[in-house]
Amino acid sequence: MNFKHKYVFLLPGLIVLIGILIFPIIFTVRLSLSGWNSFNPGLDFIGLKNYIRLFTDDPRFWQSFFRLSFLAITTVFLQYIIGFALAHMVWKDIKFKRFFRVLFLIPMMTTPVIMTVIWRTFFHESLGPLNDFLSIFGVQPPWLSSPGLAKVSIIVVEVWQWTSFMFLLMLAGLLSLPKEPFLAAAVDGASPFKKFIYVTFPLMAPISIGAIIIRLIEASKIMDTVFVLTSGGPGTSTETSSFFIFIKGLREFQMGYAATASFTYLIIMIISLTIIVKVLTKVLMRE
Amino acid sequence: MKLKTLISALASVLLIGSQVAHADKWGDQFPHIAATGDIPGMCSYESMSQKDYSGRTLTINTHAIPVMGEPTALHAEQFEKLTGAKVEVTHTPAGDLYSKAMVPFQAGQAPYDIVFGFSNFINDWKRYLAPVPQEYVDQMDGVSASHKAIASWDGVMYQYPVDGDRHYLKYRKDVIDNPEMQAKYKADTGKELKVPTTWKEYGEMASYFNGWDWDGDGELEYGSAEVMKKDDLMYAAFYSRSVAYAKNESTPGGFFFDLETMEPLINNPGFVEALTDWVDAVNYVPPGGINFGLGDEINSFGGGQTLFSFSWDDAFVAAMQPDSPIANQVGAAQLPGADKVWNRDNGMWDAKYNQAPFFVWGWAVGVAGKSDNKDVAFDYLCFFANGANHQADIGIGRFGVNPFMEEDFKADVWTQIGWDADIAQSYVETLADMEKSTNRVFPLRVPGTFEFNSALATGTAKALAGQLSPQEALDEVYAEWVSILDRVGADNVRDAYAVGVKMEDNEL
Repeated sequence: MNFKHKYVFLLPGLIVLIGILIFPIIFTVRLSLSGWNSFNPGLDFIGLKNYIRLFTDDPRFWQSFFRLSFLAITTVFLQYIIGFALAHMVWKDIKFKRFFRVLFLIPMMTTPVIMTVIWRTFFHESLGPLNDFLSIFGVQPPWLSSPGLAKVSIIVVEVWQWTSFMFLLMLAGLLSLPKEPFLAAAVDGASPFKKFIYVTFPLMAPISIGAIIIRLIEASKIMDTVFVLTSGGPGTSTETSSFFIFIKGLREFQMGYAATASFTYLIIMIISLTIIVKVLTKVLMRE
Repeated sequence: MKLKTLISALASVLLIGSQVAHADKWGDQFPHIAATGDIPGMCSYESMSQKDYSGRTLTINTHAIPVMGEPTALHAEQFEKLTGAKVEVTHTPAGDLYSKAMVPFQAGQAPYDIVFGFSNFINDWKRYLAPVPQEYVDQMDGVSASHKAIASWDGVMYQYPVDGDRHYLKYRKDVIDNPEMQAKYKADTGKELKVPTTWKEYGEMASYFNGWDWDGDGELEYGSAEVMKKDDLMYAAFYSRSVAYAKNESTPGGFFFDLETMEPLINNPGFVEALTDWVDAVNYVPPGGINFGLGDEINSFGGGQTLFSFSWDDAFVAAMQPDSPIANQVGAAQLPGADKVWNRDNGMWDAKYNQAPFFVWGWAVGVAGKSDNKDVAFDYLCFFANGANHQADIGIGRFGVNPFMEEDFKADVWTQIGWDADIAQSYVETLADMEKSTNRVFPLRVPGTFEFNSALATGTAKALAGQLSPQEALDEVYAEWVSILDRVGADNVRDAYAVGVKMEDNEL
């Protein structure tokens, strides 16, 4: 085959890649250097003005980023712990194993926006069933009106929705583990706890890192839950980076500035996730 | 002469007879207008039935159901039956109506022939909308002059009048006018229980009637239902609370900005006082009230959960519907005022009673300039607002269609749908008095309106959530408004703002 023919075969893929990945990124960068807003639509060139504004005069963006980091790390950590525990449970020979495997996957199969609307009803402070039940004990927590509890509510919804995904990956990992190390541990008389710490957990480290990173990437884009459950409130106490960018771009119509925030956020996430992968690899795979 | 009179009388009888015949026919076919039947006019059911739009597809972007979304869909269905056109209706949350139209507008596209939004979008949208053809303007005899002006810019009408909105006070008459409650309130507080005329009185009464079952229905009731959810029109609720303290008739030249200098006035002591009151209000709204959007407010007050409410007509009309638990137990009054008002000229409070109506305006709708179906679109809008539809729509609270025609300001219109005469009278008088006031405030209609209002919503939401003090919150809003002025251009904003200031200063 002629060497040049290879490129001809690669061309369709390359065109798709340019169309759906490269062009939007380049356009976002170009948009970020413009002052496009409702009054002045168009790709004028204002240099780095938007970036200077973002880095020197917009604490709200950075607050939303740190809030997002807190929410993402907390939810993914909890999803990992619970997902791993559930996977470990149905990995063993227990009754109704198949039933539980399907049951634990259900939340992931539901539509996030619909489920968040249901959760919002659940958390409703005067009409919701949760406070109705808790009122028996004389408490009615302001689930969505208190800045602290609103974050807790978001964490609950995210953990409920996405632990299934973690469960699925961890179960797949457990099912693919070799049997020999477990047989050797059994011969050595290792307790179940020691088997988990010294055999299961180290063997699961590579898939754990993969699962955590996939979920962190997804969790860092958290938007629908915040939008439906709290609209970033009360105040700005649950506003995340994606929600901030949405408000700037599609509510206030500061398209240029929203592109700046979006591109900056992309760069920060690439750097952060690269560091997190390295740290996780070092910590979990030190053996 | 006698013969001429006789012929004329006969002709009149025949004409009226033919109209009644139409009314019966169309009222039977379309239950929505059963009460009135068809009302003759350029866009009546009869007139529309003579059009043939078969093979034409009209696309509409409107609000989510029910507010404005439900009447849009209902009239679309009726329009389809009458004209043969196909009407595709898309429902969009309030916060996204602006961008859903603006994105394609700015890209030079028209995915929707008709776009619904709010009347304060006019400055940003007008360059993308088709002016309303003169023949349609000419038949708007019943539309009040102020609403024709609201729908127009520089004398050209861009928004088809379908709704008119004001903010006013709604209260539970069965409590406020109840002698037993008045005596109890007097005994417990030493004060008179009456329709509040200041926000301080409003707060005192709302606090008193908060968290106990004062109507004996077995449920807890609360003081006030208000739109406090960020990005859900909360900025309008804040302006309603601010006008009493910050709109001073003796200092003309701007409520939001000083028109001369374009200095934002949003953090002056008048606005800060209003925000301080509002932060107190968090203590007398229902549980979760800090997250109430407009729909929640309507349902809360309309469902009998609170003593007061003060936004659009919808909550009042919803409360007055026959299926409401508080039908004919509510009253309307002007927004509360204040015992002092900020004077920005001398930098001091003027110790005088001040009350200012806030004309928040309302739903607006336009036809895309690049639409290929302008003829169908304007006919649809004309049909939407025809006499029969309008009369049926304004009586249904959840529809969000509120008075804007001269006829609507007559008590008879409301007593005919079951309102008690005194309530209907107080309602139309409240609306009419707002029209007469010389101390009115109109909403911002300037380039970047959304940025200004969004910044205000963010700041006030932070204060309500306890993240910032009222002064800190409004200082933050002030700084943001200055940045927006820099970006959009103070002169551009001034040019547009001057129109609103002239209306506020009674020069238009």
